[in-house]
Amino acid sequence: MSTFVQQVLNGLAWGSVYALIALGYTMVYGVLKLINFAHGEVYMMGAMAGYYVGRWAQKAELPMPLRLPVTLLGAMAACAVLGFLIERFAYRPLRQANRLSVLITAIGVSLLLQNGGQLVFGADPKYFPQVLSYSEVVNTGGVVLSNIQLVIMVTAVALMAALNLFVQKTRSGRAMRAVANDKAAAQLVGISVDRIISLTFVIGSVLAAAAGVLVGLSNPKVDPLMGIMPGLKAFVAAVLGGIGNIPGAMLGGRAARAGRDAGLGDRPLDLP
Amino acid sequence: MKTRVFGAVRVVAIGLALALAANAVMGSAARADDIRIGQYVSLTGTTATFGQSMNKGVTMAIDETNSAGGLLGKKITLITEDDQSKPEEAKTAAIKLIKQQRVVALLGEIASSRSLAAAPEAQRAGIPMVTPASTNPKVTQVGDYIFRTCFIDPFQGSTMAKFAHDTLKANQVAILKDVKNDYSVGLAEFFEKTFTGLGGQVVATESYSEGDTEFRAVLTAIRSKNPQAIYVPGYYTEVGLIARQARELGLKVPLLGGDGWDSEKTLEIGGDAVNGSYYTNHLSAEDPSPVVQGFIQKFKAKHGEVPDAMAVLGYDAGRILIDAIKRAGSTDGAKIRDALAQTKDFPGVSGSITIDADRNSKKNIVVLKIEGGKVKFQTSIAP
Repeated sequence: MSTFVQQVLNGLAWGSVYALIALGYTMVYGVLKLINFAHGEVYMMGAMAGYYVGRWAQKAELPMPLRLPVTLLGAMAACAVLGFLIERFAYRPLRQANRLSVLITAIGVSLLLQNGGQLVFGADPKYFPQVLSYSEVVNTGGVVLSNIQLVIMVTAVALMAALNLFVQKTRSGRAMRAVANDKAAAQLVGISVDRIISLTFVIGSVLAAAAGVLVGLSNPKVDPLMGIMPGLKAFVAAVLGGIGNIPGAMLGGRAARAGRDAGLGDRPLDLP
Repeated sequence: MKTRVFGAVRVVAIGLALALAANAVMGSAARADDIRIGQYVSLTGTTATFGQSMNKGVTMAIDETNSAGGLLGKKITLITEDDQSKPEEAKTAAIKLIKQQRVVALLGEIASSRSLAAAPEAQRAGIPMVTPASTNPKVTQVGDYIFRTCFIDPFQGSTMAKFAHDTLKANQVAILKDVKNDYSVGLAEFFEKTFTGLGGQVVATESYSEGDTEFRAVLTAIRSKNPQAIYVPGYYTEVGLIARQARELGLKVPLLGGDGWDSEKTLEIGGDAVNGSYYTNHLSAEDPSPVVQGFIQKFKAKHGEVPDAMAVLGYDAGRILIDAIKRAGSTDGAKIRDALAQTKDFPGVSGSITIDADRNSKKNIVVLKIEGGKVKFQTSIAP
């Protein structure tokens, strides 16, 4: 029994990370009908940015409770810029091109970031600075829940709630839904489609950056190729939840992972 | 659309063919005053420190020979191809080195999976290949042109099994292996064979894949079986995280490993969690022998760091190859092969090296312990 509970907890924490990445896939697919294969690399860049900001926070001797928020915000800001640039220079010029060209471009951006990352950061893995010191929140009857796992779940839920509010309640959110529904009609009623697409990329990238930092915190090894597998698995989660469907992606990430860990914990297959 | 794509493919194909032809012509007309040795190594990718260390060792061996007057009156040119830590790229790199660069011999790889991918190409072309650190027995079974300058996994696995049973007094162990990696799977198998032969029991066998960062699920499953030690025959990239997550889940038993742990990164990423773990390796940096300490000094002066075992093995493999070419008196593949096969009592930094009938090396193995963030020498075992 304790093994089962432990596996569900493990799965929920790690599944939150997939859910955050899956959101970026699903949002971009919603507005552009594009599988953004570079998304896993945005997540990697988020972890890398977190690595540098976190190290700076340690060196500058910021008070401990401030280090995690600063690292998180720094990485999110860096990836917001990256997401904007990727959309502006890789995908926007291809807005009228056929979908295959855009898909191939996405793979190209992904390879560029993987190999560029190895060039700039070095190919060897790096130890992610511990901006939150490890402690156990629960340790009873063979079930361990760490503060890091708790932070992952809480941060993920908070970000998803914020996203939901944004998409449902704000003008930009409504515009985003309109673009997803019918790009031409949205343009006709005066929505700046390009601006909304940029915004979608920025938000998706910010969520991926948060996932990168959270993973750095719980599994403190970051390297330029770390985005490949999580990118694929989050893509599976997005498809599982119905790609283009935001609540679906949130659930898909967790269901996939918690299910795998609880049911298949003894024989992990290569599932998400 | 279809014809346009086809046209584009044709243009690219013709371009490639021209480039290849030009390269082949230039390759064969290569300056006759040098001896070309090729190496394919993982300078980038998941196990980059292996390739980077090996490259440093090989480069030192070749630079030393060149500054001492060269080989057979010629300079050695080292041609390096990066295989990005991927088996399929290792194969491509080997073909490129053999066909385009016309190397007389190949050095590589550290990882057994990549050596296994490239070795058939060397064998087919009749180009001798020396691997510094691929320990899986299958590598040299590819053919009579493939040699290695390290021990093999049956020895490495049985050493750790005996150590766990006799010294650590463990009767029940769990195994956590990288299921897609020839080295890891082989080592786990040899460990289990010896360990159960000694009367011990393997209570759980779990697996992961290279690149994974989340091991809590498999570790939780292992935890429920209460093992006294966990054998993790993987690479340094995963070991640190596995150790951390095991400790977080309350698994405090020692972790045991093989030479794939050999990298500074195990200590950096594992931190306190890898303390109290043991692994088998090719040599210890604490070895007081003047040969080892002399090499460490030389290496430090050049690269500003203490060499790991892969750097030392790269250096030894390079020197053995150079020695064989010298004894062969020729750069002919078959002659180099015969000279390599006759290597006897070569004074390597990692120990005295003799190539046996199976083209393997019989060498001592050391067991190391990680303690207080440092790697300490534990014991040395002769084959």
